[in-house]
Amino acid sequence: MAGFFSQIWTVIVMNILSLPRRAWMSLAAVFAVAVVVAVLLAFLAMAKGFEKTLAGTGSDKVAIVTRVGSQSELNSVLGRDTVNNLTTAPGIAPDADGNPIYSSELFVIVDGIKRNSQTQANIPMRGIFLEGFDLRENLTIVEGRAFESGRNEIVVGKGVQQQFEGFDVGAEIRFGKTAWQVVGVFSTGGSAFESELWADAPTVQSQFQRGSSFQTVRLLLANADDVTPIKEFIDNDPTLNLDVQTEADYFASQGEALNGIAIFGWAISIVMGLGALAGALNTMYTSVAARAQETATLRAIGFSNTSAFAGTLAESMVLSIVGGIVGAFAAWLFFDGFSASTLGATFTQVVFSFELTPELFANGIQLALAIGFIGGFFPAWRSARVPVVTAFQGVE
Amino acid sequence: MSDDILFDLKGVSKKFVKGKDTITVFDGLDMSIARGDFLAIMGPSGSGKTTLLNMLGGVDQPTGGEIWFDGSRIDSLSENQLAAWRANNIGFIFQFYNLMPMLNAERNVELPLLLTKLSRSQRKKNIAAALELVSLSDRARHMPAEMSGGQQQRVAIARALVSDPKLMLCDEPTGDLDRETADEILSMLQLLNREYDKTIVMVTHDPEAAKYAKRTLHLDKGVFVEKDLAA
Ligand SMILES: Nc1ncnc2c1ncn2[C@@H]1O[C@H](COP(=O)(O)OP(=O)(O)O)[C@@H](O)[C@H]1O
Ligand SMILES: [Mg+2]
Repeated sequence: MAGFFSQIWTVIVMNILSLPRRAWMSLAAVFAVAVVVAVLLAFLAMAKGFEKTLAGTGSDKVAIVTRVGSQSELNSVLGRDTVNNLTTAPGIAPDADGNPIYSSELFVIVDGIKRNSQTQANIPMRGIFLEGFDLRENLTIVEGRAFESGRNEIVVGKGVQQQFEGFDVGAEIRFGKTAWQVVGVFSTGGSAFESELWADAPTVQSQFQRGSSFQTVRLLLANADDVTPIKEFIDNDPTLNLDVQTEADYFASQGEALNGIAIFGWAISIVMGLGALAGALNTMYTSVAARAQETATLRAIGFSNTSAFAGTLAESMVLSIVGGIVGAFAAWLFFDGFSASTLGATFTQVVFSFELTPELFANGIQLALAIGFIGGFFPAWRSARVPVVTAFQGVE
Repeated sequence: MSDDILFDLKGVSKKFVKGKDTITVFDGLDMSIARGDFLAIMGPSGSGKTTLLNMLGGVDQPTGGEIWFDGSRIDSLSENQLAAWRANNIGFIFQFYNLMPMLNAERNVELPLLLTKLSRSQRKKNIAAALELVSLSDRARHMPAEMSGGQQQRVAIARALVSDPKLMLCDEPTGDLDRETADEILSMLQLLNREYDKTIVMVTHDPEAAKYAKRTLHLDKGVFVEKDLAA
């Protein structure tokens, strides 16, 4: 066993030093792995960004109440009486005067023109009372002011302003027959609310012919994450056909629809990865064949076939790790923080940023390593089986 | 068996099976090689010279018979045992030098030492001594591609002797060199045999090369034939 590691190390170094002799082929293998990793990370970063946006949107201190079976805010309808009845439920945090803290809201869809594609897309518009602002975390008016009640004024989410045309403060914008004045821009720290337009609830009721009805009620919970008292209250009153869940749960379930992005990303990357694997195998078999005489010479000198195996495997792993790093770097360069919008579960645009986290980075490198390992294993096996007599044969 | 015998081959046979055909290269070959010998093996192409050298070097195994080296049988060793045996006992010199193109001269010479327990500084000493012996101390950092064929073969000789093996096996060591360079290499082998007690077996088809050896055997179709060309 003398020099077991030094001989393996030497053979690894020799394999790597021999790479420039097959520069183009090796670069092609690196490139193939890089592309696969970049594609995977683009998809994962997209899914991650979307997930994070939705996860950051919901609070577990707030309950959201919708009509039974409505699944999203858009399809829910709640009458005035229902809202009044509901707000007498226990488990709702009271204000200084002992009144329950809640926000009844409307949720309608309007059209906007996207800046980059110049196509029409849906924007959710929320009818809300100023009290409802207090139920959003990290809410700040970053420009202008909030709307005044009774007026056709809107404040726009930062995401909407970035992605859609015509929402500068002071601008007038028309939805159907009604004209609205943009009076301010708000931020909620990157959450999905930034993809919305907010306006005075009674004004939305009248401009969109909603009478006195609302769509959802948000309740500040007396105990974070505890909707049980409210749920029991609803269950005990046959006139209330309502669902209640924390806002965090609500948005998490909306986000699940987009888990498909990550799955699709993995699927397409694995298919492409098989292509890269074929390239890696080809490159490595070529390397093993080209170096057969060197390998046999080392074996004649007394080097083990384990070292031949390790050298080839290491060469393959190095190529794929370099490819993985290049691909991950490219993904980071082009996609990290890249702002995009996609259809949320409510068929409205949710604006979010691609997010490359260290875990995703690790995922990309793992995929590269898998390609390198499999792509190197079989050629390494062949390398270990190169007959020693090859050393005595002339140059082919 | 005499202590003077390094190699003893008893009834060695070697057959290659290729599809339905069986090529019999040796069938019951006996030979012995004395310690300190410098043996040249000559013979026409296809007579089995390389096959014999491969079996002596433990890179190929006989189909039948026994090969004794220094009192122990090597024909029944496993592949890994043979690798270790080669590392301890054999220095190979190839027709095409077989240097590692990505390593400089001293790194090439170091290769056999990586299989020993020698420390880094001890290795450095041995490498320097081996390169000195082949008069290439000033080329230690040169890459093979920067050296002539004769210089490359001298690096290969340094590599073969650096771990101080008992036996050096050379397959057409001057087959790729011009006359003058060949003489230089052969003188070097002769020196190693005479001054450093290396036993050398050299395959060649060059009668001039064979003249440097102490004795010459002629192989024809797998058997040694008497042929006194040395006269
Ligand atoms: N690996 C092998 N497979 C099949 N036949 C072989 C193999 N090696 C050598 N031979 C055959 O054995 C005979 C002797 O070959 P070799 O020892 O290379 O001769 P020499 O070195 O004297 O030219 C030749 O007929 C050759 O074709
Ligand atoms: Mg031959």
